[in-house]
Amino acid sequence: MSFRNVGIVYRKELREALRDRRTLISSLLVPLLLFPLLTAGIGAAISALVGEAKKEVPAVMILGGEDSPGILAELHGSDKIKVLPAKPDWKDEVINKEIRAAIEIPPGFQDDVAHEKFATLLIHNYEGDMKSALATDNVQKSLEKYRDRIVHDNLAAKNLPETAFKPFEIKEHNVAPPEKVGGAAFGGVIGYMVILLCLTGSMYPAMDLTAGEKERGTMETILSSPIARVDLVFGKFFLVLTTALVTAALSVTSMGVSFAVLGHLHAFDTAGADASAQLQLHIGIYTVLSIFIMVLPVAVLFAAGVMTVSLFAKSYKEAQSYVSPLMFIVIIPAVAAMLPIDLTAKLALVPILNASLLCKELVTGTYHWNFIAIIFFSTCVYAAAALFLAVKMFQREDVLFRS
Amino acid sequence: MIETRGLVKTFKDKKRGEIRAVDNVSFVCKPGEIYGLLGANGAGKTTTLRMLATILEPTDGTAIVCGHDVIEAPEKVRANVGFLSTATALYPRLTSQEMVEYFGRLNGLDEATLKKRVDEIFTRLDMNSFRDRRCDKLSTGMKQKTSIARTLIHDPQVMIFDEPTLGLDIMTARTIIEFIRECRQRGKTVIFSTHVMSEVDKLCNIIGIIQSGKLLAEGSLAELRSRYGENDLEEIFVKVVAPLYAGQEAT
Repeated sequence: MSFRNVGIVYRKELREALRDRRTLISSLLVPLLLFPLLTAGIGAAISALVGEAKKEVPAVMILGGEDSPGILAELHGSDKIKVLPAKPDWKDEVINKEIRAAIEIPPGFQDDVAHEKFATLLIHNYEGDMKSALATDNVQKSLEKYRDRIVHDNLAAKNLPETAFKPFEIKEHNVAPPEKVGGAAFGGVIGYMVILLCLTGSMYPAMDLTAGEKERGTMETILSSPIARVDLVFGKFFLVLTTALVTAALSVTSMGVSFAVLGHLHAFDTAGADASAQLQLHIGIYTVLSIFIMVLPVAVLFAAGVMTVSLFAKSYKEAQSYVSPLMFIVIIPAVAAMLPIDLTAKLALVPILNASLLCKELVTGTYHWNFIAIIFFSTCVYAAAALFLAVKMFQREDVLFRS
Repeated sequence: MIETRGLVKTFKDKKRGEIRAVDNVSFVCKPGEIYGLLGANGAGKTTTLRMLATILEPTDGTAIVCGHDVIEAPEKVRANVGFLSTATALYPRLTSQEMVEYFGRLNGLDEATLKKRVDEIFTRLDMNSFRDRRCDKLSTGMKQKTSIARTLIHDPQVMIFDEPTLGLDIMTARTIIEFIRECRQRGKTVIFSTHVMSEVDKLCNIIGIIQSGKLLAEGSLAELRSRYGENDLEEIFVKVVAPLYAGQEAT
């Protein structure tokens, strides 16, 4: 292999790529704009809508309860709900979202409670509707307050302490530092995005440099030059790898900046320390470097794999139809890493899934060196095999001159 | 110098089975000569020339180009060959000069020699006015000149032209014909394929008539005229290929 010739091909391909609007859009513009739009745009819109829903005082109806003035007074007195007069078509009103819930109080409820007989209250709501769920929550809180007061009065009447009813309390305490909490929440997504964007970043140039070159008639031109085919493949391959890594790097940077800005805005908006801690996602330089070192063989695998598949096609369009199914092969294991799956020695050998799971661990600052070694070397072997296949394909006349 | 020895190329086709695109072709082309490979579409001209340019590997037989075997030293062969055909397109996003420089570098020229050669060729072919224009913005004539410059940049001893005037207008085709003639004057070995009789008539020292992958007749125009008793090259061509063509039609 001649490094000089590989360099000549690489520089030429880079120059052409930088002059190609489609490459610039897919490799630079999309990753730079995608995350700010997704997080700041859609994220802010969701946040605004949820906030608005929370601010709304939901309208509810009370069914029955004429003989239970205590609970009626409690519900009417709550500033978290707006009680409307009961109507016979209350069910339709819930379904049509004119009211958010209806509370059914059984006859003789107050008497039953006074005589310490068990009674049940029913909240009719619209399952799956967020505003109905929020209304149910508000109603439940009011009713729980009323129930606690009754329990307190009953215990006092019998001269019993509060602990007779509630002997102990259960509390949660997070021992993980905020950056690990953020990592556990977003680690799976980061691994998924980096791996997926490595693939999308390599797709356009890989198709352009193989099937596109055949379609434009420049393949025969370059094959008539003295360059060895292995040098040609490596020159093209390095360009595809560069775009894959640049796309992934820009995406991670863009995602980091978007999260930071959104976290800052959210913290500022709620003025609460808890809120900012929830969104905290600290990714140190060592974590970023570790992710990139682990993603490198994955990017090599994608670059060589997509080039090999695209080379079979006679045209760019045909290459697209061959390459698109690859997205599914990559998406499925990458998505699987977002599920609660822990890395094992066997999973460390499954390509893509292994790197995706490892990214999740690295973001939380966990380094299992034995798994890191298995994943790095196994992915290197897969990548080398894909690269070997790409070189072999460039030497096959029936592939290069397929008609 | 080009010497082919029993060149054979077969392809596998799912429907038609094994196809013998080139069948035992042997000929010699010396420096300062133009060898014209005359044949109908699908006769085997392009496959033969692609094997000489080492773009395809022979199934059997071999060829020696400038003393190098096409099978054993394909890269050395390509370093001595300039290959031009209608299928050898230009990179659309490179300028005319960048295109030529790219091939100069791939042919091992150092930067000083490359600059000198580029200036020399661009002046000789009157290309300075569009040297910085992207190839996708060039006219057909400008594209052809850029392709010629690309084949000349490493000053090859052998020039291979595969139907170089196909689909070109008269003026652009004339530029190519002039260029081929100039190559002969400079002592280069030239092989040229076409199905245009007038081009062969004008240019070639030796004519090889090829049909169904077989070299059916070979000689100078004068020799072919005397052998087949016809003055017109088209009549000679028909006489040579007719028996094989009729056989093909019957099957």
